[in-house]
Amino acid sequence: MRAAGLDIGSRTVKLAVIQGGETVLTRKGLTSHDPLEAARALVNGTEYDVIVATGYGRHLLKEHLDCAVISEIKAFALGATFVHPSARAILDIGGQDTKAISLNEEGEMSKFEMNDKCAAGTGRFLEIMAQALGYTLEEFSRAALSAERFEKINSMCTVFAESEVVSLTAKGALRPEVALGIHRAIVSRSTTLLRRIAPVGEVFFAGGVALNGCVAALLEEDLRRPVFVPPDPQGVGALGAALYAHGSAR
Amino acid sequence: MSDYTQMWSALGLDLAAHDALLSVLGGAYQDVFLSQKNRPEGMKYFDFVMSEVHGLRIKELMDAKAQGRIVVGSYCVFVPEELILAVDGVSVGLCAGAEFNFEGAEEVIPRNLCPLIKSAFGFKRGLVCPYVEASDIVVGENTCDGKKKAYEVLGPMAKDLYIIDLPQMKHGTGKTLLKEEYGRFITKLEEKSGRKVTAENLKKSIAIVNAKRNAIKRLSELRRADPAPISGLDALLVNQVFFYDDPVRFTASVNALCDEVEERVRKGEGVFPKGTPRLVVSGCPMAVPNWKVPFIVETSGAVIVGEESCVGERGTQWLTEVEGATLPEMLDAVTERYLKIDCAVFTPNPTRVDHVRDMSGRYSAGGVLHYSLQFCQPYLVESGPAEAALENSGIPVLRLETDYSQEDIGQLKTRIEAFLERIHQV
Repeated sequence: MRAAGLDIGSRTVKLAVIQGGETVLTRKGLTSHDPLEAARALVNGTEYDVIVATGYGRHLLKEHLDCAVISEIKAFALGATFVHPSARAILDIGGQDTKAISLNEEGEMSKFEMNDKCAAGTGRFLEIMAQALGYTLEEFSRAALSAERFEKINSMCTVFAESEVVSLTAKGALRPEVALGIHRAIVSRSTTLLRRIAPVGEVFFAGGVALNGCVAALLEEDLRRPVFVPPDPQGVGALGAALYAHGSAR
Repeated sequence: MSDYTQMWSALGLDLAAHDALLSVLGGAYQDVFLSQKNRPEGMKYFDFVMSEVHGLRIKELMDAKAQGRIVVGSYCVFVPEELILAVDGVSVGLCAGAEFNFEGAEEVIPRNLCPLIKSAFGFKRGLVCPYVEASDIVVGENTCDGKKKAYEVLGPMAKDLYIIDLPQMKHGTGKTLLKEEYGRFITKLEEKSGRKVTAENLKKSIAIVNAKRNAIKRLSELRRADPAPISGLDALLVNQVFFYDDPVRFTASVNALCDEVEERVRKGEGVFPKGTPRLVVSGCPMAVPNWKVPFIVETSGAVIVGEESCVGERGTQWLTEVEGATLPEMLDAVTERYLKIDCAVFTPNPTRVDHVRDMSGRYSAGGVLHYSLQFCQPYLVESGPAEAALENSGIPVLRLETDYSQEDIGQLKTRIEAFLERIHQV
C-alpha cells in the first residue's frame, strides 16, 4: 500500500509517500497565494492509495480531496518518532509559527505549545532580517557563524527588530555580528518555550529553520542537550501525515 | 421586529453605528447558533431574547424606569443582584464582549488592557450599548488593576458611576470589608431609588436570585449525560442571558428548557453522538457575543460540558443561604455567599483549581481548556500553577490566550485539534 501525506505550510507545501515502511517519494513546492493549486501541483501524477493532510491549509484540502486531516502537532510527533525514536522533545520552527512538543516514552505527544498570533521569531522573521542585512538565507547563517561577538537584538517583533537592525548598521555595527544577534534572539525564545514544555531529553529540530546551521548549533549550546536535525527537516510533517494515513488504512 | 429607532435615539445611541453592530451580531448568531443541529426546542426562547436584546428588553427597562424603578448596570458577578432587586431595581450586565470601536477605546486607555475592558469603553464611547445608556447607576468594582484604574477614566463618561471596593484576601478583615462595602452599596441604592432595603424585600429578592441559580444548576447537572443533551454553546448562551433577562421569566424559561433536556437524557438523545470528546472550560468570562473558542471546539468534534467562569459556575454555583430573619443577618449571608466566588483577583485562590478538578470528574471531561483573555494578569498568572496542578491530577490541560479578534482562529483551531488528538491517542 502507498500512503501519502501532504503538509500545507504557510510558506511551503510538502508531500511524502511511504510504502512498506520506506519513504519512496518526497516533493516540495512554494505555497504561494494559492495553496490549493500548489497542493494539487504537488500531488499531480503521484500514485497513492490513501492520503492525509496536515498543516495550516489542511481543512482547505479536506474539502477538495475528501481526505482525513490531522494537526501539524500530531504529524510532527509521528514523523519525528519514526525518524528518530529516542527524541523526547520536538522544536519545529516553520514559516509562521514555532511549536514545542514533548513526547512520552512511547513517542506520543504529551504537551505542546505554540507561539501566539504573530510570526515573531519564525522562518519568516529570519527571511526579513536577512533581507534587511542584504544577505541570502545561506549567507545569513554563514555570516552569523563567522562572528566572534554579537549585537544584542531586543525585539522579537519583525517590524521593531527591523528598525533595530537598521539603527545598528547605521551606527556602524558589523553585519555578521548583527546576524549573530538575530540568531541568538530566535534561539533564546525557542529554548524558553522548550524548557517550559519539554525540559528533558533529546531535541528533534524540524521545520525550515532547522536548515539554518547557526540556529541548530546555538540551540545545542544553549540547551546543553543533544539536538538532532533530520536529513529533511521540512518533510517531517508530511511524513507524519503519511504514517498516519498508513496506520488508519490498515 | 418592532421599530425601536425612536427609543434608541432618545437614549442617545449612534444609530448608524448601532445598526452596523446589530447586523454583524445577527449574522454571527445565525452562523454560530442557528446553524447547530438537534437543538432543544426550549432554546427558542433564548434565540428570541437575543434577537430582542437591544429591542424589547430595552423597552422593558424604559417601561420600568417610567414606573419609577431604577436600572443598575454592572460588569461583574461581585455586584449583588439581591440588593438591587430589594429596592425594586432592575439589574443588567453591560456590554463588554465584542471588538467594537477599540480605536475609540484606545484614545483614552492603553492598548495593552484586556479586551473586556477595551470593549466596555468601545461600546460606551461609540454610543452603541443601550444598557449602559439606560442605567441610572453604573457599578464598577475593584477586581483587577486594569478595571480598577479604568473606572477612573470611565467615571466622567458615565451618568453615575459607583465603585464597590473588594478585598483581595478572604480572611476576617476581607469579609468585614466586603460586608461594609455592600452596606454602603445599599445606602447608594436607597438614595437613588427612594426605597428602603428591608428584611422582607431582601428575603424575597434572595429567593428570586436563588431560584435563578438553581435553574442553572439543574441545567448543569443534566449536562453530565453522555451524549450531551445540549451544546456547550447553547448552555453558554443561557449563562450569558442570565445577566440580561428578567430574573423570574428567565428562571421559568430555564426550567422549561430543563424539562425538555431531562426528557432527552432519559431517552439517551443528544446534540452530538455518544462518546464525543468532552471538555471543561475554565478561566476568564465570555461575555456576549464572545463565542469564539466554544464555536471552534464544537466545530472540531468536541463538546463543552461545563464552564468554570463568571459566566458559568463561578457566578452561579453558590446560593445565598439565609438562616436569620433580620436585615444584618441577611446581609451577612449575602456577604458570605459572594466571598465564596473564587475569582483570580484573590490571593491565595486554591478553591478554584479544586472546583475545576471536581467539574472535570463530575462532567466526565477528557480535558480542560484554560481560557485567558489577553493581558488579563490574574488569570494568566494563575494559568501556570493551575495547569501544573491539574496535569498532576491526570487531567490534560490546554492553555489558550486570546482576545476578541478573529485573526487567530486558524491557530486556535490547530491547538484545539491537537489537544483533542492528545486526549484521544490513536
